[in-house]
Amino acid sequence: MADVILDTPIAAAPVKPSAAFRNLARNPGIMFGGAVIAIVVLMGLLAPWLGTIDPTAISPIARNKIPGAEFFQRTDTGERIKMIALFGTDGLGRDIYSRVVYGARVSLLVGVSVALISVACGLLIGVLAGFFRIFDAIIMRIMDGLMAIPAILLAIAMVSLFRSSVLTVIIAITVPQIPGVVRLVRSIVLSVREEPYVEAAVTLGTSTPKLLWRHVLPNTFAPIIVQGTFICASAILIEAILSFLGIGVPPEVPTWGNIMAEGRQVFSLFPHNIIYPGVFLAMTILAVNVLGDGLRDTLDPKMAKRV
Amino acid sequence: MYGYLFRRLLGTIPVMLVVAVFIFLMLRLTPSDPAAIIAGDNATTEQVAQIRGQLGLNRPMIEQFFIWSGNVLSGDFGESFFFKKTVAALIGERIEPTLSLALFTILIAVLVAVPLGVLAAHRHGSWIDRIVMGFSVLGFSVPVFVVGYLLIYLFAIWLNWLPVQGYQRIAEGVGGWMQRLILPSLTLSVIYIALIARMTRTSVLEVLSEDYIRTARAKGQNERVVLFRHALRNAAVPIVTVIGLGVALLIGGVVVTESVFTIPGLGRLTVDAVLARDYPTIQAVILLFSFVYVMINLAVDMLYTLLDPRIRY
Repeated sequence: MADVILDTPIAAAPVKPSAAFRNLARNPGIMFGGAVIAIVVLMGLLAPWLGTIDPTAISPIARNKIPGAEFFQRTDTGERIKMIALFGTDGLGRDIYSRVVYGARVSLLVGVSVALISVACGLLIGVLAGFFRIFDAIIMRIMDGLMAIPAILLAIAMVSLFRSSVLTVIIAITVPQIPGVVRLVRSIVLSVREEPYVEAAVTLGTSTPKLLWRHVLPNTFAPIIVQGTFICASAILIEAILSFLGIGVPPEVPTWGNIMAEGRQVFSLFPHNIIYPGVFLAMTILAVNVLGDGLRDTLDPKMAKRV
Repeated sequence: MYGYLFRRLLGTIPVMLVVAVFIFLMLRLTPSDPAAIIAGDNATTEQVAQIRGQLGLNRPMIEQFFIWSGNVLSGDFGESFFFKKTVAALIGERIEPTLSLALFTILIAVLVAVPLGVLAAHRHGSWIDRIVMGFSVLGFSVPVFVVGYLLIYLFAIWLNWLPVQGYQRIAEGVGGWMQRLILPSLTLSVIYIALIARMTRTSVLEVLSEDYIRTARAKGQNERVVLFRHALRNAAVPIVTVIGLGVALLIGGVVVTESVFTIPGLGRLTVDAVLARDYPTIQAVILLFSFVYVMINLAVDMLYTLLDPRIRY
């Protein structure tokens, strides 16, 4: 008997998808952030067709050109063609415009991967800590310890362990982000556990996996999406910092941080090496942060009040 | 109060223990062999084995950990592979620039951010509020080194008012010391200002809707007194909390800022150590920074009782 009645009424309150979307579309932060991110994503995807040349191609005669400078380049067939370096070139004659456009790929890849992996790990560990009390004390002590190490410092230490690659950078940035997600998920799980509908479900013998899946997990979605967005923004920032310091992605890979790292020596004469990638980097992070603020205000009004 | 302080101090032991275990394991499980790094490229297998013995790397992991943590507790962080001196001496040399930079930054940030936040809350919804909030989001988004280079370009290269890079020890003259710290601290303070201003605004805004604020205004109290004495004092706890938590951002920022301005501090040391795979130095610096971070936040918790006498431990 009980089984028949209880499955539906105890489920988390249904949200009408259409209404939720309308709320999202009404928020200017989400619209602006989303639009800028869409442009950057398109830029990364369509990089080869945006008038770019090989971003790693070195050209000794075209070194340190100022933005808008014209120069001649020999193609593979030996033909001399006139080129315009829209954003100038760097100390090795590589085209900054092409490098900036291709650089969007690495930044987005790192941002999205770090957000997804840290949220997935954080969800798993957070649910374990919040739902199964035997793990709680030990997990939270470890998380407290990890949180005591400033994120950038931990990432710097982790990149020193392995050979530099995009994967190393992603792992190094992900690990320091996990404790924050764990804390968030754990606190939600702890409060959901006390809800009458969960108690009712437990009393009626709902199996633990089903309980987690149907009642606990849906409650974590909104805060997790918001948190994930902010993690994405800081991951893009930390990747740029690591690359800028010369300990991130290998220097031949075009990333915004790497372009700026190479521009450091000649900055006083050729500031464009730092300014153009810097503007793209700041705009992208700004867009993701603004999107996160908008998502927080619409999806998670309780949290919006707190911050 | 002292009982609480004692309990909190005890509470930091497990946290620092986790940090120590994590840093120790992380650097011991790395694929590269420290003995091979010290021995250099031309070393024979016997020489590498001998160095392994000297460093105690052939002992069981647990034993190594206890030896290492015992040494750390007595202030011995080992010897740097790269700089060829003790890590403790190395840190001693590098601490002055970092401390100066951090203190200057906190000073600038608090002096700018708190009044800005109060103003934004006072003129809630006005253009001033929007500018402050806009600046705050921008401050979180523009990387520290981009801010640094923009400031260098503006003040050092274009206007030629301040030196481009470098550091001068305080012993060599206070004027030169301050002159060289202005740009780096301004750079580093941007993100900190963003953080503190935002928190101050939120916190003051909440307090401004309290009854006692209405009462203070009703009795004809000067608005400045209402804002700074009545509102800000009651809003102080979250602001001070965020200043403490923000130290993590500050430490990350120090690493970057010192690289941009070529300041020979602990942050620059961290990057150099990572580039040279100098593990004893990396371990020591991370341990030190984490310890400082934990202690600052402990001190912040202790400050609560001063800021808000209602809080008793």
